Amino acid sequence: MTDFISYVIRGIPFGCVFALVAVGLVLTYRTSGVFNLAFGAQAFVSAAVYYDTRVRHEWPIILSFLLAVVVVGPLVGFILDRFIFRYMRSASELSRLVAALGLLVAIPQMVQLWFGQSPSFGVVGIWPSSQGSNFAVYHLGDYSLNGDQVATLIATFIVGVGLTAMFRYSSIGLRMRAVVESPRMTELQGINADRIGTFAWMLSSLIAGLAGVLLAPLFAQVNSNNFTILIVAALAAAAFGKLSSIPLTLLGGVGLGVLGGILAGYLPTNSVLAQGLRPSLPFVVLFLLLIFSPALRRRREVKDPLAGVDPPPPGLAAIERSPALTWSTRIFGLIVGLGVIAFVMNDRYWLLLAIQALIFATIFLSYTVITGMAGQISLCQATFAAIGAFTTAQLVNAYDIPVMLTIVIGAVVAAVVGGLFSIPVLRLGGIYLALATFAFALMFESILVPLDWVGGGATPLKVPRPVIGPVDFGSDRAFFFLCLVILIAVSFLVILVRGGATGRFLDALRGSEIAAQSIGINPSRARIVAFALSAGIAGLGGGLFATQVGFAQPADFAYFYSLFFVVLVVTLGSRTVEGAINAAIGFIVVQELLKRIGLSASWEPIFFGLGAITYAKNPEGILEAQKRRSNAFVQRQFNRFKNTTTDPVPAEPSST
Amino acid sequence: MSVTPVPLLSVTEIVKRFAGITALSDVSLRVETGEAVGLIGPNGAGKTTLFNCLLGILRPDGGRVQLDGHDITGWPVYRRARSGFGRTFQRIELFAGMTVVEHFLVAARARRGDGRLWKDVVGLDRPRPQDREEAERTLELLGLTDVANRSVEALSLGRGRLVEVGRALMTEPKLLLLDEPSSGLDRSETAELTETLEVVRRERGTAILLVEHDVEMVQRFATRLYVLDFGTLIAEGPTRSVMSDPAVRRAYLGESGEGEPGVGEAV
Repeated sequence: MTDFISYVIRGIPFGCVFALVAVGLVLTYRTSGVFNLAFGAQAFVSAAVYYDTRVRHEWPIILSFLLAVVVVGPLVGFILDRFIFRYMRSASELSRLVAALGLLVAIPQMVQLWFGQSPSFGVVGIWPSSQGSNFAVYHLGDYSLNGDQVATLIATFIVGVGLTAMFRYSSIGLRMRAVVESPRMTELQGINADRIGTFAWMLSSLIAGLAGVLLAPLFAQVNSNNFTILIVAALAAAAFGKLSSIPLTLLGGVGLGVLGGILAGYLPTNSVLAQGLRPSLPFVVLFLLLIFSPALRRRREVKDPLAGVDPPPPGLAAIERSPALTWSTRIFGLIVGLGVIAFVMNDRYWLLLAIQALIFATIFLSYTVITGMAGQISLCQATFAAIGAFTTAQLVNAYDIPVMLTIVIGAVVAAVVGGLFSIPVLRLGGIYLALATFAFALMFESILVPLDWVGGGATPLKVPRPVIGPVDFGSDRAFFFLCLVILIAVSFLVILVRGGATGRFLDALRGSEIAAQSIGINPSRARIVAFALSAGIAGLGGGLFATQVGFAQPADFAYFYSLFFVVLVVTLGSRTVEGAINAAIGFIVVQELLKRIGLSASWEPIFFGLGAITYAKNPEGILEAQKRRSNAFVQRQFNRFKNTTTDPVPAEPSST
Repeated sequence: MSVTPVPLLSVTEIVKRFAGITALSDVSLRVETGEAVGLIGPNGAGKTTLFNCLLGILRPDGGRVQLDGHDITGWPVYRRARSGFGRTFQRIELFAGMTVVEHFLVAARARRGDGRLWKDVVGLDRPRPQDREEAERTLELLGLTDVANRSVEALSLGRGRLVEVGRALMTEPKLLLLDEPSSGLDRSETAELTETLEVVRRERGTAILLVEHDVEMVQRFATRLYVLDFGTLIAEGPTRSVMSDPAVRRAYLGESGEGEPGVGEAV
C-alpha cells in the first residue's frame, strides 16, 4: 500500500505538467479553433531559454523564470497569432491543422539551431531553496516530495482555479467563448475578435512556457523529444475534458500522470513489451479515448456560420489549360526527364540521389490518395512504410523468397493493416482522424518496433537488392530503372483510381458527405479503400527504401518523418501526381543544397514546416498555385502566338 | 377477393424522442407510386424529424418504414438511396468543385453500386455513353443545358436546387423527397420549380413527397396532404378538404382562426 501511494505521488507532478499543456491546448482551441500541436514545441522553447540562462549563464532563478515564462512564452504566442493564425480564422480546420503541424516540425529544429545538440544535464528547477530545488525535500507523513514537485503542484493549482474563474465570471472569458463560435459574428457585435484571439494565444503560450520550465527538471536533460511527445499526453487529457471543460482536462492530465506512475512501479522492467508500454501510455489512452468517447465522435468540426461568404477554392491549373499547351509541356517534361536520366547514369553520387527521389516520390503518392483524394490528413504514413520494410526484411531473412515478391507482400500487409486500422477511426473524420493516426504511429514505434519479430531487435535486418530472372538490381543503374518503372506504375494506378468510380465518389464525399450518401455512395467503404490503397503504396515505397539502403532500420521510419512528409507534400501539392514527384525532388535537392552550402540539415524541416502555413491560402499546394499563375501567362503568350500565325489581325486591345 | 396493392412508401406509427421530448408520436403516412404528396405543419411540428427518420439520418424509437413492402427502418442512408430514395436539401448541398454535368454523372455511377477498385484500375468504371445521354436528357428536362459545364459555385440558388433535383433523378428514384424546396427562392422561381417538378412527376412517374412551408406551393402541387402539429398528425386527405379543415386552420393561425388570408381560401 505504501508502495502504491508513493507511485501515485511520483506520478502527480508529471500529471500536472500534462494538465497544464492540455489546458493551454483547450484554451487556444476554444478561442481560435486551432489545435495547436506545437504547444509541446513551445514548452521546449521556454525550457531551453530557462536552461540556457539559469545553468549556462548562471542567472538568478527569478530572472530566468521571468524571461522564459513571462516574456518568451507569450511572445511566441503573440508571434504565432499575429503572423499566422489570425489570418486562418476562416480557413478550414484541416488547413489550421496543417499549419500547426508545420510549426511542430519547424520550432524544435529552430530552437536546436540556437540551443545546440550537446547534452544539457543538471537542470535546476524554480523552487527557491538554498540546497537546490531537487534536494529540498518535504515530508508528508511517510511520503516525500522535492521542491520541483511542490512547485509543479502549486503552479497547476493556481492556473486551474484562475482559468476556470476567468471563463466563468469575467467578461473576457465570455467574449472568448463568443469568438470561438464565430469571429465574424462577434465582430458584428462590436467586439475586437483579433484582440481577444491575441490575448488567448499569449495566455495559453504563457501556460505552455510554464509547463516547459516545470517539466525540465523532472527529466535528466532538456531534450526536444520529451517535449514533442508531451503534446500527445496533453491531447489525451484534453480529449478527456471533451475539449471544453477545464476542470475535467486538469483531472485527465493528473490522472494520466498517476496512471503512468503506477505502471512504472508495477510493470516488470525486463520485458521489451512492458518497456515499450510504459512511455506509450499517453498514446494508448489518446487512441482509446478517440475511438470510444461518443462525445468526441459526434462533435463535428467547428464551422463558422458565416463561412459561406468566402470564395470557393480555384480549380486545378490543368483545367484551365488548352490541350495544345498541355502536350507541349508534357513533351518538354519528357525531354528534361530523359536529360536527367542521361546525366545521373554517368554520376554515381547523383544516381543515388535520383534513386532516393524516385522512392520518396512513390511514398509521397500515398499522400496523393489519402490527402488529395480522400481529404484526410494521416500522420502514420511512415509507419505504413515501416510495415512494408519490416515485412520485406523479416520474410527475406526467414524464408527463401525472391526479394521483389517480399516487397509486394510487404505492400499488401501494409494495405491490410491500413484498411483494418481505418475501420474504427474513420467515423472520426478531420482532425480527430489525424490525431488517431498520430497516436497509432507513436504506439507502433514504441511498442511494436522494439520487438524481435517486427524491428529485428538490436541489430538492423539486412535486405538485399532484388533479382528478377537474369537481371540483378544490385547495380545502382539497374535499380534506378526498377524504381522508375515502379513509380510510373504507381502513378498510373493513382491516376486511374482518381478518374474512376472510387475517385469520383471520394470527390463527392469531400464536397458534401450527406449529399453523397443521398445518391447511394457508401462513405465508409470509399474511405477504407482509400486508406488501404494509400497504406499499400507507402508500404511498397518502404520496402523499396529498405532494399536501397540494404537494411530495414527503425530510425529511417521514425514518427518524425510522418509529420515532416505531410508538411512537405501538402506544401508542394497533395492533389496531383506531379505534386508528389515535386515534393520528392524538393526533399532531395534541398537536402543536398544545404549540405553543399554548409548549413545544418535542420533548415530543411524549418523551411518546409514554415512553408506549410501557406496551405491555408493554397490548399492545392504552392507549386500548383504558382503553376496556375504562370499558366495564365504562358497561355496568353501561346494564344497570341497562335493568333499571329493563323490570323494576321492582332488580338483585340483591351478596353481598360 | 380484393387485392390490396402494396404502397410505394408506407410509414407506420413512427415514434421519435429527444431527451424526454416526444418529437413524433405514432405518425403514419403512405405514398403511392407516381403520387404527389405534401407534408406541412407550423415551425417545430416535427416535419424535418420525420423526414430524417424516413431517410435514415435519424433512427426512430418505434415504428416502421417500408419501401415497396420491404422493411427499411434500420437501413443506412446510402442503401435507401440505392433502393429508390432521391432527395434534395433545404440548405443546398452540392459537391464543391464539380460541374453540373459531373454531378449527374457521379450520381449515375453511384446508382450502379460500389466502385470496385480493380475496375478503376483497368479503366472499366468510367462514365458510359448511356450515362451521358441520360445526363443530357436530365439537363434538358430541368433547363440546365446552358450551364452543364459550369462549376456549381457559379449558379444561383434556384438553379442549384434544380441541380439537386437532377442529381437525385439520375439515380432513378421511385420516390423523390424534397425538403423545403422553395426556401430561399422568390415567387417566380418557386412557380418555375413547381412546374418542373410537375413535369418530372408526369414524364418519369416519380412519386414526390414534399415537405414545405410555402402553403401556396403545396396547394398547387400536391394532390394529398398530411398536416403535422406538435409531433402528431392532425389531418390528412385530399388537398382541398385538408386546407379547409378547422383543426389545420387553428394550427396555422392560432386559436382564433382568423386573420391571415390564403390558407384554405386559395386555389
